[in-house]
Amino acid sequence: MNYEAVIGLEVHIELETDSKMFCRCSTDYFTAKPNTHTCPVCLGLPGALPVANQKAIEYAQRFGLALGCDLFTKSKFDRKNYFYPDLAKGFQISQYELPFSQKGSIEIRIDDKAKKINITRAHLEEDTGKLTHAKVKGKNVTLIDFNRSGVPLLEIVSDPDITSALEAKSYAQKLQQLARYLEVSSADMEKGSMRIEPNVSLRKSGEKALPDYKVELKNINSFKFAEGAINYELERQTKALEKGERLIQETRGWNEKENKTVSQRFKEEAHDYRYFPEPDLPPLSFNTRHLSNIKRNIPEMPDVKLERFKKQYNFASYDAQILTSDKIIADFFEETLKAYKKDDPKRVANWIIGELLRRLRENGKSLKYIDLLPANLAELLYLADTAEITQNIAKEVFAKMLETGKTAQSIIKSMGLTKMSVEDLEVLINKILKENKKAVNDFRKGKEASIGFLIGQVQKEAKGQADANLTRRLLLEKLK
Amino acid sequence: MIDVTNLTIKKTSDLLQKREIKALELTQAFLERAKKLNGKLNAFITICEEEALKQAKKVDELIANNQKLGPLAGIPIAFKDLFSTEGIRTTAGSKILANYVPVYNATVVKKLLDSNVICIGKTNLDAWGHGSSGENSDFGPTKNPYDLERVPGGSSSGSGAAVAASQCLAATGTDTGSSVRLPAAFCNLVGLKPTYGLASRSGIVAMASSLDSIGHLTKTVYDNALVLNVTIGKDFFDSTTTENRIADYSKNISRGVKNLKIGLPKEYFAGLDQSIREKTLAAVKTLEKLGATIEDISLPHTKYGVATYYIIQPSEVSSNLARYDAVRFGFGREKFGEEAKRRIILGTFTLSSGYYDAYYLKAMKVRRLIKEDFEKAFSKVDVLISPTSPTLPFKIGEKSDNPLQMYLSDIFLVTHNLAGVPSLNVPCGFIKELPVGMQIVGPHFSEELLYQVGYAYEQETKFYDNRPNI
Repeated sequence: MNYEAVIGLEVHIELETDSKMFCRCSTDYFTAKPNTHTCPVCLGLPGALPVANQKAIEYAQRFGLALGCDLFTKSKFDRKNYFYPDLAKGFQISQYELPFSQKGSIEIRIDDKAKKINITRAHLEEDTGKLTHAKVKGKNVTLIDFNRSGVPLLEIVSDPDITSALEAKSYAQKLQQLARYLEVSSADMEKGSMRIEPNVSLRKSGEKALPDYKVELKNINSFKFAEGAINYELERQTKALEKGERLIQETRGWNEKENKTVSQRFKEEAHDYRYFPEPDLPPLSFNTRHLSNIKRNIPEMPDVKLERFKKQYNFASYDAQILTSDKIIADFFEETLKAYKKDDPKRVANWIIGELLRRLRENGKSLKYIDLLPANLAELLYLADTAEITQNIAKEVFAKMLETGKTAQSIIKSMGLTKMSVEDLEVLINKILKENKKAVNDFRKGKEASIGFLIGQVQKEAKGQADANLTRRLLLEKLK
Repeated sequence: MIDVTNLTIKKTSDLLQKREIKALELTQAFLERAKKLNGKLNAFITICEEEALKQAKKVDELIANNQKLGPLAGIPIAFKDLFSTEGIRTTAGSKILANYVPVYNATVVKKLLDSNVICIGKTNLDAWGHGSSGENSDFGPTKNPYDLERVPGGSSSGSGAAVAASQCLAATGTDTGSSVRLPAAFCNLVGLKPTYGLASRSGIVAMASSLDSIGHLTKTVYDNALVLNVTIGKDFFDSTTTENRIADYSKNISRGVKNLKIGLPKEYFAGLDQSIREKTLAAVKTLEKLGATIEDISLPHTKYGVATYYIIQPSEVSSNLARYDAVRFGFGREKFGEEAKRRIILGTFTLSSGYYDAYYLKAMKVRRLIKEDFEKAFSKVDVLISPTSPTLPFKIGEKSDNPLQMYLSDIFLVTHNLAGVPSLNVPCGFIKELPVGMQIVGPHFSEELLYQVGYAYEQETKFYDNRPNI
C-alpha cells in the first residue's frame, strides 16, 4: 500500500519589538539575568492589566501581508486558559476568532520546482516564561525565568499542504527569510526566537479526505531536526499502518540524542482552552489608511528581489539566489556597488560570494554582526583596480579588514603592501634572471613553461607586491 | 470640642485649610476609633497606623508651608483590600493572599495618595469580592454598625461599616454586581458605581473584568463627588478607561431637578417588599415636589439579569483566579473558599467547549439586549430610580447556607454592571431603624447628573445625620 504524507506546520516567531507585548519591559532577554526584565504585568501580579503593543500589532500585520493574507479591519484578543507554571496569569492572551490575518500563501522552491503552501492564519500572542530543571543543594527543582514572559509571538499556521520533510524544511526556511526581510525578527531557531511544530499524518495515495488523526511534533530547535523528526515520524507511521495498526492523535517530542520521536501526550489529555474574548483589551479596529500605510512600507520581498537582480545585474540564478537569500547581503551588495566607482556588478558579486561570505562561513560569523561597511569593500576594490595593490594582496588585505575592522587604506599603509614600482621590479627581475641561468636557458630553448617558475621566483622575493601581469611582460621582454 | 470624626469631608477639609485642626490630630482620632471599634465591627483587615501618621505629618508640613492642597488633603480614608497598596499587605479577603505585599500601587490608590489623603487601613470584604454580605471573608464577617447582628452588605462590607461608623471619612469599593451600592444601602451611605471605564482598574484585584467598576462610599453626596474628582480619568495602564470625565463633579451639584424626567422601571417594583416600595416611592414624591416629572418605564430584559450575570461573571472569575497558583506569590489553591470554588467550577463549565455557545455566548447576547433596554429608556427619561435592595439588611447567617438566595440580593443591581451604566445609592430613610437605600441610574458618563439628583434629595432629607449608635 502506498501512503502520502499530510503535513501542516505551526510556526512561532518572536517579534523583536523593544518592549513586550503587553507591558513596557524589554524583550531583550537572551543574555539577561533571570527575572530582571519583569513587572507586575508580565509576572501576572494581582490587578495588573495588559496594554497592547502597537508596534507588535504592526509587525504582525506586516507579516500577514508578506504571507499574502487578507488583513482585517476588525480584530481582537482572546484568552486561552490553561495551567502551566511558566504561564504567569494562568491564561495566555492570544487570538482565536479574529486573528490579524488569514488565508494567504507562499511559494517554496525545491530543485527549481515551485510549490504553493497555503497559510491558514497568522495571529499574535504572548510568549511564556522559561523553565529550567536543575539540582539546587541536592534537590531537584524547577526554576522559572519570566524575562521571556510576554514577549510578542506570532503564530503562523499553514494548511496541511506539505507532503515531505524537505518541503516542510523549505517552508520553514522561507518563513525565516521573510521574518528577516521584514526586519521583525531574527527568527533564530537555536535561540528559540523561531519554533516549529509540524503536524504529521498519512493517508492512502490518491485519497482526498484528511486523516482522522494527526501527530504533533514538539521540541524541535533546528531545521535539521525538523527534517529528521518528520522523516522519522513518516517512517514510523508507515510501518504502523502497514501492520494494520490504528494511529491516534498525540503529541510527540523529538529526542535529538536518539534521533527519534517519543510520545508525550494523547488526545484524551488534550486541553480545553476555554477561549473567550479578553475583557481587559477593547476590540481593535483599523482604518483602511492605516492598512495601506503598512502595505506601502513593506520592503521588497525575496522573490521580487531575486527576479530584479537577475534582470538588472544580469546575474545567473545561482548568484542572484545567494545575494538575495538574506536582505542584509542583498543590501550590502547594492550599497557596495553604489560606492564602487565602476559599474561592474559581477566583480562586486564575486567578491561578496567568493571572499566575504566564504570567509564569514569559515569563521562562523554573520554579516549582521561584523564591522564591515559596503564603502570599505568598495574602496578595496578601487585600490585593486587602480593598480596600487595586486589582486592577491587585495585578498589578504580583505582578510585583515574582517579581522581588525580597519579600512583597506590603513592596512595597506601600515603593512607597506603597495605595489612595487616598475623600476624596483626591473631590478628584481634582473637579479632573478642572473640567479636562475638554467631556467633562462630552458626558456630560450623553447621550454615555455619555465617562465612560470621565474614568475614564481619574482613573486616570492617581492612578497606578493609584484604585479603579476607586469612581471610576465617584463620577463618576456628581457628573455627575448 | 467638636468630635472630628463626625464631620463631612467638606467640613473637615475647611477646618484643615483654615488651620483650626491638624491632620495629625485628626488622623490620631480616626486611628483611635478604627482600632477601638474593629473588635466589634471587623471592618479592617489591616490598620495602617504608621503610614497614616507619617502621611498626616507630611500634610501638616505642607499646610504650614502654605502649599496649595486639594480638598482631599489630610482626609482619612480606607481602601478596600482589593486595591494594591505598595508595601502594605493586600489580601483580597482571602487566605491565599494573607502574606501578599504588592510592589506597586493601584492607579486609584496612587491618585488618592497623590492628593494627600491619609490611609487609615485596608477594609474587609467577601474574599475576592464574591458575596453580598461580607460573610465570605476569610478574615471573619464584618458587622453592620446599625445592628451588630446584621450584615453591612457586600462585598465592600468593611468599607461600608468603616465609613458608617466614622472610622474614616470615605472608603473605596469595587462594584462588579452590587458591591458598592449594597453596603451603601445597608449602611446609610452614598455609594457610587461609576460608568464602566471611568475609573482605572489597574492594580485592583480583578473579579470579573468586564463588569468591575471602581467606586467609593461616603456619608454625603457632595463628599462623594469630591472623591470622584480625584479617582477617575483615562489611565495608560487600563486600556478600557476613556477620557470622559468632567473637571469638577461638585461644581454644579446644587442645580436641582426642575423639569428632570425620572423613570420608574416597573420591573424593579413588582413583588417588592411593601415597606421598601413605600420608602422608595416617597423619595420619588419628594423629587417630584422639587420639580421633577415622573414616568413609568419598562426594562423588559430585567428578568434575565441575574442569570446573565451569573454566567458572565463566573466565567471571567474562573480565568482571573487562575493566577493564584502559589508559584510567584501567595498560598496554594487549597485555600480557596467555598464561594470562590463554586464560581471557578461554574465559570469553567460555562466556558467549556461545547457549552460556550449555549452559555457564555448566549449570555453576551442577552447582555446586549439589557444594554439596549437602558439606551431606549434613556431616550425617554433622564434618570431611573429604583430600590437598591429587595430586603433590609439581613441577619448574619440568614442567607449564608443558600447561595442562590444570596445571589438574589443583587437582583436590582447586576443589570447596571451588565450595561456599564452608572448608579448612585442614596439613603432614603429607615425601616425598623435599619437603613434603606435607593439608586439613581443614568446613561453612560452621567455621574454629574446623578449627583445633582442625589444632592437635591439629600438636602431635603438629610438622612446622613442619623449616625449609628456605636
